[in-house]
Amino acid sequence: MPSTANPILDLRSVGKQFELQGQNIEALRDANLSVHKGEFVCLIGASGCGKSTLLRIVAGFETPTRGQALMWDMPITGPGPERGMVFQDYGLFPWLTVRNNIAFGPTSRGLSSSEVKDKTEHFISLVGLQRFADAYPHQLSGGMKQRVAIARVLANDAEIVLMDEPFGALDAMTRERLQDELLEIWQRTGLTVLFVTHSIEEAIFLADRIVLMSPGPGRIESEIAVLLPRPRDVVAPDFNDMRRMLSEHLHSHHGRKAA
Amino acid sequence: MSITLETTRVVAPIPVTPTAASTHPSVFARLRNPLLALLFPAAVLVIWHFATYGRKFSLIPPPSEVALALWDLAFGGINDDAYSKTLLTHLLASVSRVYGGFAIALIVALPLGLLIGRISLVRRLLDPTLQVLRPIPVTAWLPLAMIMFGLGPRSAFFLVCLGAFYPILINTIFGVRTVEPRLFEAASMLGCQGTAQFFRVVLPASLPAIFTGLRLGLGFAWVVIVVGEMTGVQTGLGAIIMEARQLSRTEIVICGMVVIGVAGFVSDRLVTLLGKRLLRWSPGLA
Repeated sequence: MPSTANPILDLRSVGKQFELQGQNIEALRDANLSVHKGEFVCLIGASGCGKSTLLRIVAGFETPTRGQALMWDMPITGPGPERGMVFQDYGLFPWLTVRNNIAFGPTSRGLSSSEVKDKTEHFISLVGLQRFADAYPHQLSGGMKQRVAIARVLANDAEIVLMDEPFGALDAMTRERLQDELLEIWQRTGLTVLFVTHSIEEAIFLADRIVLMSPGPGRIESEIAVLLPRPRDVVAPDFNDMRRMLSEHLHSHHGRKAA
Repeated sequence: MSITLETTRVVAPIPVTPTAASTHPSVFARLRNPLLALLFPAAVLVIWHFATYGRKFSLIPPPSEVALALWDLAFGGINDDAYSKTLLTHLLASVSRVYGGFAIALIVALPLGLLIGRISLVRRLLDPTLQVLRPIPVTAWLPLAMIMFGLGPRSAFFLVCLGAFYPILINTIFGVRTVEPRLFEAASMLGCQGTAQFFRVVLPASLPAIFTGLRLGLGFAWVVIVVGEMTGVQTGLGAIIMEARQLSRTEIVICGMVVIGVAGFVSDRLVTLLGKRLLRWSPGLA
């Protein structure tokens, strides 16, 4: 990845504390992370490691209590369409059809109706939901809902897609298909993806770079570049080596914390 | 010729039988529920008939007498008294009060519920008072209504409106307050923020609850119509019930009850149909 150009996303000593029933909880401590345009970065770690907090700070849903979160060198002050979020529980609008869910962003930003229509139709077919364009979310399977959620942020010209365990609620077969589709879209569009997962295999399969995080307080432990050629083979020996290495890494944090 | 006839005769029943077999149970299934629903009232009618028919001093008239009175009330030609052929007038008077009072309640309760649900200052300002006023029954408001609005239709509107008000208000507040927080996050990351969220997220998301409130409110409007028409109005189903009671015309009282029941049922069905149309997206109602 080009390290000379400005990063699209830059976190500088970001920390987050909040009060819960009088107790001070440190969800994230001194996180430093740069993401370059077009990169696919996975955040991985046990629960409580601050990976979702970090993602929500980038999304603008939380404000850091320390440090700075910058996008294109500008501080992030709140949610915005350039940072699209894909939630594990989809967050689709149940009263809108697939088509209107995807059109929601462009409409909100005041694009002309012909632009909205073009974008919407383009992204409906990109995720292969032409036949379900007029269906309501409750009529769709989990995999289809997540396709709508992805199309919705892409149709809104998101530069970074933030994904919070997006495939965690799906069955294994659907998850694999969506991983393939996501990679295909990512390669085709030059998108930047920040992807939270707790699956080591998913992280190795998808990421250019894996950020390992550990709990108590949540922090970034290390970063590992994944240099395996794409498309990646999950049963190849070097894939397995990497999986073992990451697994030992994550468990060593665990052990250190328990000791 | 005879051969073709033979073959058609043989062939014809084969495709017919499965369709016949599939339509028969569906017709039966479609009729089974209405038939079951009619079973209980039929039994009540039979018991009522044997308990009252032919007893000179029964205070409750037998069903046949009520049926005749109802016919006379609707079309005339039997008793030729003050009630003959007046049903439509009374029904229309009551319907206009029910829907008029309901409409006023809707115009006030819906925006108020949205504000209370959404803006904490308004909630803290009004909610305690409304909660104290809520348990006061509509009947208790009757004397005060007559002082404030005078004898006649304005008091009736007020009381019907009061009956419909709280169900709409409470359900609207509930709907607004239970919008999934996730949907606000989704909307704001898609570029829909501030007041736009109110119309594009809060309102549609709370529609199922608001609709439940409308349905309950309209039901209550029918429930309180008799009280509403105790305010000295001349027409209306409630008015004839109260008047017939004083004249000991119990059969007219029962006619009024039956008509209110049927009218309330029909109006609820219409609202439900409308709701199913508008809320096709909601798995709970569809």
